[in-house]
Amino acid sequence: MSNEAIKKTIAEDYKYGFETNVEQDTFSPGLDEKVIKRLSEIKNEPKWLLNWRLKAYRHWLKMKEPTWSNIQYDPIDYQAISYYSAPRKKSAGSLDEVDPEILETYTKLGIPLDEQKMMEGVAVDAVFDSVSVATTFKESLKKAGVIFCPFSEAVQDHPELVKKYLGSVVPATDNFYAALNSAVFSDGSFVYIPKGVRCPMELSTYFRINAANTGQFERTLIVAEESSHVSYLEGCTAPMRDENQLHAAIVELVALENAEIKYSTVQNWYPGDKNGKGGIYNFVTKRGACRGDKSKISWTQVETGSAITWKYPSCILQGNDSIGEFYSVALTNNFQQADTGTKMIHLGKNTKSTIISKGISAGNGQQTYRGEVKIMKSADNARNYSQCDSILIGQDCGAHTFPYIDVRNPSAQMEHEATTSNIGEDQLFYCNQRGIKTEDAVSLIVNGFCKEVFKELPMEFAVEAQKLMEVSLEGAVG
Amino acid sequence: MIEIKNLHVNVEEKEILKGISLEVKPGELHVIMGRNGTGKSTLANVLAGKDKYEVSKGSITYEKKNLLDLSPEERACAGLFLSFQYPVSIPGVNMMYFLKAAVNAVRKSQGNDEMDAVDFLAMIREKLKIMDLDESFIHRPVNDGFSGGEKKRNEILQMITLEPRLAILDETDSGLDIDALKIVAQGVNDYRSPDRSFILITHYQRILNYMQPDFVHVLMNGKLVKSGTMELAKELEKKGYSWIEEELAEAG
Repeated sequence: MSNEAIKKTIAEDYKYGFETNVEQDTFSPGLDEKVIKRLSEIKNEPKWLLNWRLKAYRHWLKMKEPTWSNIQYDPIDYQAISYYSAPRKKSAGSLDEVDPEILETYTKLGIPLDEQKMMEGVAVDAVFDSVSVATTFKESLKKAGVIFCPFSEAVQDHPELVKKYLGSVVPATDNFYAALNSAVFSDGSFVYIPKGVRCPMELSTYFRINAANTGQFERTLIVAEESSHVSYLEGCTAPMRDENQLHAAIVELVALENAEIKYSTVQNWYPGDKNGKGGIYNFVTKRGACRGDKSKISWTQVETGSAITWKYPSCILQGNDSIGEFYSVALTNNFQQADTGTKMIHLGKNTKSTIISKGISAGNGQQTYRGEVKIMKSADNARNYSQCDSILIGQDCGAHTFPYIDVRNPSAQMEHEATTSNIGEDQLFYCNQRGIKTEDAVSLIVNGFCKEVFKELPMEFAVEAQKLMEVSLEGAVG
Repeated sequence: MIEIKNLHVNVEEKEILKGISLEVKPGELHVIMGRNGTGKSTLANVLAGKDKYEVSKGSITYEKKNLLDLSPEERACAGLFLSFQYPVSIPGVNMMYFLKAAVNAVRKSQGNDEMDAVDFLAMIREKLKIMDLDESFIHRPVNDGFSGGEKKRNEILQMITLEPRLAILDETDSGLDIDALKIVAQGVNDYRSPDRSFILITHYQRILNYMQPDFVHVLMNGKLVKSGTMELAKELEKKGYSWIEEELAEAG
């Protein structure tokens, strides 16, 4: 099996690349205060929120786009993007009111919204372009006191909660894309778990970008009160297009005393074609605050899509004995690029953080891991374990690592390990000689590489993630 | 079982094998000896189907099939096994997972049901005992951190697990101490049967003390220049290879 024979790029068609034919209300491209006011009006938002947006927008105008990433991309024309698109048929709480085309879209994606056919007990919020179109199991969750609804609904029904926590973990001034998101975010998910409640089911949201030339700016906020527990999963897909589309989201997590939030992402945005044309720009700010003592936040991500991924899900360990975890598998194939990693900021005493990052580069993919572990003066007895491994498949891809370690307390214990290896022809030949086909061999090796991270995913999604890796790696061997 | 006719092989445009002809019948153990660099591993790799080994002339017929038409994994599923001289390591993939994938790939190609984890574990435990390996062995990543002896024993373990009909053993004895050598030889001997064949490649005579080869061939400058039985091997042990070179030179 020659290099050339292996290199034949058969990338399986991105099977989520279809477009849904549905009437949408779409703003014409361009961004100014009028657009924001219109957006806020459509959503019937209270004045305080409109003002919050405008403040963010004015700040954004003064900010400069960051260029420090290890990523190359054409400059984004912010005036050429439409900042709102929603399916025309309004959908209320009932599935019967959802446009059947949209329902079909989700079924095609393997996400049945029909409550009967749903995966056992997983509540789903489906976000189609800028709006949430359906949330299931709302009644069952209501009984437990859990609030799981679209963000825009939370603004109407639980404004005190939104006001209290919005921007408390990622302020609008935090960075360029956070400011933009704060100005134009359209929807996302809101989760609130009351004291002592263990959310009775997995919560999940599926984001789907459909309309062309739109940006998606969703906003998710999860608040876990004292001693509560929730596991949340987000999945993402988008149709194949020649132009790039921007996805600049914000996720804020707040965990109070003894609470635990588990946030998992299986991201499969359209990655661009095999020549690097098109694909989603995934520029996201995700941060969790372990406010209370003994609180815990863990991020698990499987990123296989996007033309460009730029995100650092992070934890601020304020509470004493709080724990932050980051488990990541990122795949860059063809011409994808990723600059991703995490930040763990230790403030409280006896805090612990764990970082396990697995990068797989294939084709002409470029992947950068950037991790910051900051142990502040107040953080007595902090512990961190970081492991960052890369696998390279083929000769034309790259893996880069930039660890930042900033320790300001002498009692800290840090461990950092990093490995780089490649899937060599010899390893594949060894597997072939034992009867194992090359694609299966690559899967075996990649699965072995990722299993530490996959085992952190909720079980149903671990299987999906494995399959996704296999599909995304097709044609990668060379 | 396998018939090699006038095989010429190039590696990176250089001709390494210059007309090899060899016939191995079922049940036979053939030994190929020769100095380093004569093409012994090239022969093993060509038979297994490794990339970059170009056959410029000649044919290889395996069980009435043209072996050169088959991919490496097809050859494996057809019952051809190569015990590597330098087994490569595959970190992160544990032995049990790897072997089960291999066993099931072969079973599937034969139209059989795949083996589930429970049956597989029972089966592999028997094989481990034969190779004098502890059960913890199968939870280790393939060849990762294995000693030389463990790697070679692992090759034979895989052989007796996959049950090939033609096993090519490339310098299976190199790097082994006497005890490990005995275990490996025992493993091969126990595996012999009238419908299985072996091509053992070595340049030491030592392992042959524990086996009963049917034929011994000497590979020199890309050709099989002399064939004999165990007696030939003993002569090589005593006299080295140079007497053969002289003999050939005299013959012109």
